[in-house]
Amino acid sequence: MVVSLQVIVDFVQNNFIKDDNWKYLANGFSITLQVTFFAFLLGFALGIFLAIIRVACKDLRPSWKTPSGFLINLLSKISNIYITIIRGTPTTVQLLIMFNVILVNLHNLKIVAILTFGLNSAAYMAEIFRSGIQAVSTGEIEAARSLGLSYLQTMSRIVMPQAFRNCLPAFGNEVITLFKETSISGFIGLVDLTRGAGILISKTFRAAPPYFASALIYLIVVLILEQIFHALERRITHD
Amino acid sequence: MIKIRNLYKNFDELEVLRGVNLEIEPSEKVVIIGPSGSGKSTMLRCMNLLEKPTSGEIIFKDEIINDSHVDINKVRENMGMVFQQFNLFSNLNVLENLTLAPIMRHHLKKDEAENKAIDLLKRIGLPEKANNYPKQLSGGQQQRIAIARALMMDPDLLLFDEPTSSLDPEMVGEVLELMTELAEAGMTMAVVTHEMGFAREVANRILFLDEGLIVEDSYDPNDFFSNPQEERTQQFLSKIL
Repeated sequence: MVVSLQVIVDFVQNNFIKDDNWKYLANGFSITLQVTFFAFLLGFALGIFLAIIRVACKDLRPSWKTPSGFLINLLSKISNIYITIIRGTPTTVQLLIMFNVILVNLHNLKIVAILTFGLNSAAYMAEIFRSGIQAVSTGEIEAARSLGLSYLQTMSRIVMPQAFRNCLPAFGNEVITLFKETSISGFIGLVDLTRGAGILISKTFRAAPPYFASALIYLIVVLILEQIFHALERRITHD
Repeated sequence: MIKIRNLYKNFDELEVLRGVNLEIEPSEKVVIIGPSGSGKSTMLRCMNLLEKPTSGEIIFKDEIINDSHVDINKVRENMGMVFQQFNLFSNLNVLENLTLAPIMRHHLKKDEAENKAIDLLKRIGLPEKANNYPKQLSGGQQQRIAIARALMMDPDLLLFDEPTSSLDPEMVGEVLELMTELAEAGMTMAVVTHEMGFAREVANRILFLDEGLIVEDSYDPNDFFSNPQEERTQQFLSKIL
């Protein structure tokens, strides 16, 4: 027992404590969390917006001839194309295009990553929200309208709260996917958790400890996210 | 109260209503019967524009409401509807179901709406359910609450679209009882139903629809059932009575 404990202490000492090696992982983890958090905010806001545009266009069938109808139709077409392109191309390629072409003059790698992952996640979240909105019973929508509630009032008080509840499980999955997907940030030279582990390996010439340590950190965060979403689900179901 | 003029409604190729004319006076209790697919639900749903007429006019309190300049939300505030599937808002509790529309449409302040809701719940015998969610209630209770929800807006006209068709048999009575009470209190009602007992006892007018047209329009329910004039009505009644 004493011997094996000593082995573990030595292992940690040699691989992570010595030369402040752990800081590569800690700093990388901090970047991973920041990129995930801000990309999530962007993806969430833009995702809801895209979903509402598409649903409103389908529900209201606005005429191209009125200014507001023209705008909704146009935005809906744009969001369709946007979602198709984002979902149809690899995130890594999107990240490289952002870094090397679209944002070539932006030297803050963190912002390039946040924008890429946020814009990417928005497309998936839009589809998740749309399916959540479409799962709301048409009968309840008709009941709200029959009482005199406007389309927007019905959306905000009946449809959106239920849609959010409907899509919470899928939404939790998307957040977890987003968090793990940030591990490709190293492609543009951003030192996130995965890239931090890589740098550490090039210093110590031992691959297993940093990689397993980073994998463990990802896993723990995912487990925490799962717990948060389970708690949310329990809170907002009324059955 | 409400007039329907030359109403046509098509769903793509299918002609569901083919020139319906009808006028309902205040305090009338009109029961609409007919075989399935005859257009009775569609006619009812055209009255508050849940279905958009293909052509024709719906005139509610001297206003053509299927005109694009009319604020349909304002019109619907005065015209309640009760659905076959109850359609209570599943994300809101009973009290919130009742108070949502009067508050959002600025008819009542929050405390006024809540007091009114509690009074109505007492009247329908469900005051203890105020904080329950719809899923926790039986079908009969849900439908009575759905009727109360419509009454919260003090409508001039109540539309019932097969209000007892998805209820367990032992719960039909409690809903019909409430509807009878409303009828006796003078509410103007248009009811699509298969409950012939209710039609006979409560209606003061019966419409028989078939293939998108009003085939028979009778102001004497007893006479309608014992002595139907049209052949199509006779066939229908012989099958269901």
